[in-house]
Amino acid sequence: MSDASFVRTEMLSEQDPPPTSVGVIGWLRANLFSNWWNAILTVLCLAAIWYVLSGLLGWTLRSVWNAGSLNECRDVMIANWGSTHGHACWGVINDRWLQLLFGFYPPELYYRPILAMLLLFAALAPVLFADKVPPKLLYVTAAYPFLMPWLMWGGSIWTPIGVAAGFVVAYLVGRKLGGTASGLVLGILSAVVWWMLWFGLPGQAETFDSGVGRVLVAGLGENLASISPDTAPFWLETVESRKFGGFMLSVLIGVVAIGCSLPLGILLALGRQSNMLIVKAICVGFIEFIRGVPLITLLFVASTLLNIFLPPGTNFDIILRVMIMVTLFAAAYMAEVIRGGLAGLPTGQYEGADSLGLNYWQAQRLIIMPQALKISIPGIVSTFIGIFKDTTLVSIIALLDPLGLSNSIRADTDWNGIYWELFAFIALMFFIACFGMSRYSMYLERKLKTEND
Amino acid sequence: MATMTDPPRESFRLSMLIYDTRYRSLTIQVIALFAFMLLVAWIISNTVQNLASLGKEVEFGFFSEPASYDINQRLLEYTSRDTHLRASFIGLLNTLVVAVLGCITATIIGVLVGVARLSRNWLIARIMTVYVEMFRNVPVLLWIVFAMAILIESLPSPRAFRGEDAPQSLILNDSVAITNRGVYVPEALFSRSLGDVRLFGESSLRLDVSLDLIAIIAVLAASIFVFRRIRAWAERVQNETGNRPTTWYFQIAVLVVPSVILLTALGFHLGKPELKGFNFAGGTHLRNSLIALWIALSLYTAAFIAEIVRGGILAISKGQTEAAGSLGLRPNRIMSLVILPQALRVIIPPLISNYLNLTKNSSLAIAVGYLDITGTLGGITLNQTGRELECILLLMLIYLFISLSISVGMNIYNKRVALVER
Repeated sequence: MSDASFVRTEMLSEQDPPPTSVGVIGWLRANLFSNWWNAILTVLCLAAIWYVLSGLLGWTLRSVWNAGSLNECRDVMIANWGSTHGHACWGVINDRWLQLLFGFYPPELYYRPILAMLLLFAALAPVLFADKVPPKLLYVTAAYPFLMPWLMWGGSIWTPIGVAAGFVVAYLVGRKLGGTASGLVLGILSAVVWWMLWFGLPGQAETFDSGVGRVLVAGLGENLASISPDTAPFWLETVESRKFGGFMLSVLIGVVAIGCSLPLGILLALGRQSNMLIVKAICVGFIEFIRGVPLITLLFVASTLLNIFLPPGTNFDIILRVMIMVTLFAAAYMAEVIRGGLAGLPTGQYEGADSLGLNYWQAQRLIIMPQALKISIPGIVSTFIGIFKDTTLVSIIALLDPLGLSNSIRADTDWNGIYWELFAFIALMFFIACFGMSRYSMYLERKLKTEND
Repeated sequence: MATMTDPPRESFRLSMLIYDTRYRSLTIQVIALFAFMLLVAWIISNTVQNLASLGKEVEFGFFSEPASYDINQRLLEYTSRDTHLRASFIGLLNTLVVAVLGCITATIIGVLVGVARLSRNWLIARIMTVYVEMFRNVPVLLWIVFAMAILIESLPSPRAFRGEDAPQSLILNDSVAITNRGVYVPEALFSRSLGDVRLFGESSLRLDVSLDLIAIIAVLAASIFVFRRIRAWAERVQNETGNRPTTWYFQIAVLVVPSVILLTALGFHLGKPELKGFNFAGGTHLRNSLIALWIALSLYTAAFIAEIVRGGILAISKGQTEAAGSLGLRPNRIMSLVILPQALRVIIPPLISNYLNLTKNSSLAIAVGYLDITGTLGGITLNQTGRELECILLLMLIYLFISLSISVGMNIYNKRVALVER
């Protein structure tokens, strides 16, 4: 009898997976055609995408770039394609893009807003990318709030220096008295006294007409009588606010509002968290009031009521008033974001600060705020995106933000009746800015998440 | 033997107001209160001085003067001879109309898009992502004026509907006309109408309430009540015997039959829009401004709601689905009984704030000329009477009241669905 048993000695080679489950086909089957319902949806989607893209791409690409007016555009279209339908006239962007970016800012001074924008990135870098840039850049951050207005509005360098020196005085006085409430109050008072000395008392003519600032300049070798705008050292040509416009205005309002609302928001958030009933009531009342009304009503207040609320005779320009109201608006939202950050801190941090014997302000400054602000940066960025988008509302009170400018461009006989190209350009600019910021905020959230776990 | 006694009571010294933590907070609060009151007093005194120099005083008498402007999109009857108060009231109703319509459509679109973004179909998920990012990152005001421009520039004019072989025709069985002057939809007419009841007499807040509408609502409410009683009875029987009686045809009959009988009795028919001369007559005319605002606000807010819904569904751990599956629930029952009730708790608080945002954003109606409360009270009335202070403060108070009502209402709902912890 022969042995019929069979033992296999060599392994079978591994079989390839069926071709329908790997590669392009496998991916298509898994993600687009997993069952008949998905297959129908996929085909419908493809048809919709084809329909939209064929119209949109044709309109965007088969277009006229060099034209001085809409009629010229149409002539070119007729000559090239035989119809005006389905072709964009980018001539308007070519013609007016500088205006859409800078408004009526004098063209020879465009370097100033550009420089201010670049410095903004330098100033924000140590905050936003703390681990990637040298900490020395923090000096730029500290100087930026004083440099930026000087660059944008022009005037004498002594104005920002005087303002900055006031803060230094406040800091020194506060430090001398230790981080106590009385130190805080006295510091603020001494800064106010300093500013009165520097700029002259309120109501006494324009800034820089009296006070130490002027005397100091005189002492530096200038004759008091001969200080004219052109000869003073570091004098930048002044630019009036009403010449501001375009995306520059949107960014400016957004940055000023967020920058100024941060300290205000911190105070409001602390007030809302505090045990003191009256302080809490005032803060909650302010926050809920601002959050309960639309921004447009606050802008109406800026354009009509703010001058009524301030002492008789006060009259400053509309852009500054808008900035004040948008700052108040942003502060209420900022307060809620920071309150979220405060709530995110474990109680152990508060107890740890107490056990070290720190008083309230020391604990806030050294322990609580650095951590709370760090975890609220994504929220702050989202608030900024919201405020930046909301700056388009100023077009309703006749300021020339991009949307307001698009109306005034359309009022020009050359470009009467042009809609889509302007909308597309403005939307694209906003999209790039806001999308970039939201991606950054998501990156930050992911980073914070891994750090905490 | 020494006995421990309380330390002697310290006498109160003035410096304790600052250095003693027991009194310090009191001191700070008193100072804060005084500072706040000083600020308010300062603002009021400035206002009084400024108004005096302008020769104005704060009074609301202008509300009873005739408004003498027209509001073309309105819910109640209004003529330009009506008072400013009536105009503001019509404007307030317009705000509420667009807010309610917007919230409903934004929720529907938002939920659909949010679920679709989680779809296993790669293409659909990507398209929805593009939609969400596109709308979230462009200002809502731009979307509103863009929608308005699309409606005006790209839709056919009523003239295109004229003639034997007209290039355009009415859609939906000849009942809806979409033109660049707005959308004309059929209106409900009753040939044996019960008439109207006028509330508040001839005052500015007068309100014509249609008795037909009240009758229909009453019958529907009664039907729904009976419907639910039948369902409750079926459940009781099922709990007792294990067999659920078949009631669905009875339930549907309860819902449909009484309403149909009532509508027939009232002589219900649709008043379709018809081309008369250069424009459509009959039917209800929804103006472009309303439609543009409605579409733009809905799509914009829906993008935010979609993100919330997606986040809410993702927040429910997969174990919940698997546990429900192991209990033998079918997939759609898992969604409705296990996932959604839990996701709702995550979704509702941010949803409330989005409803609030939509309501506040509806004030941008002024950009397209839809006369809501901002356009009437804060726009034309303000410009005609020159009463900035009264108009804007009142406008803010009205918005504040609407916002607070929405958040109170939604918070009550939130409490009902919130997790009850031990």
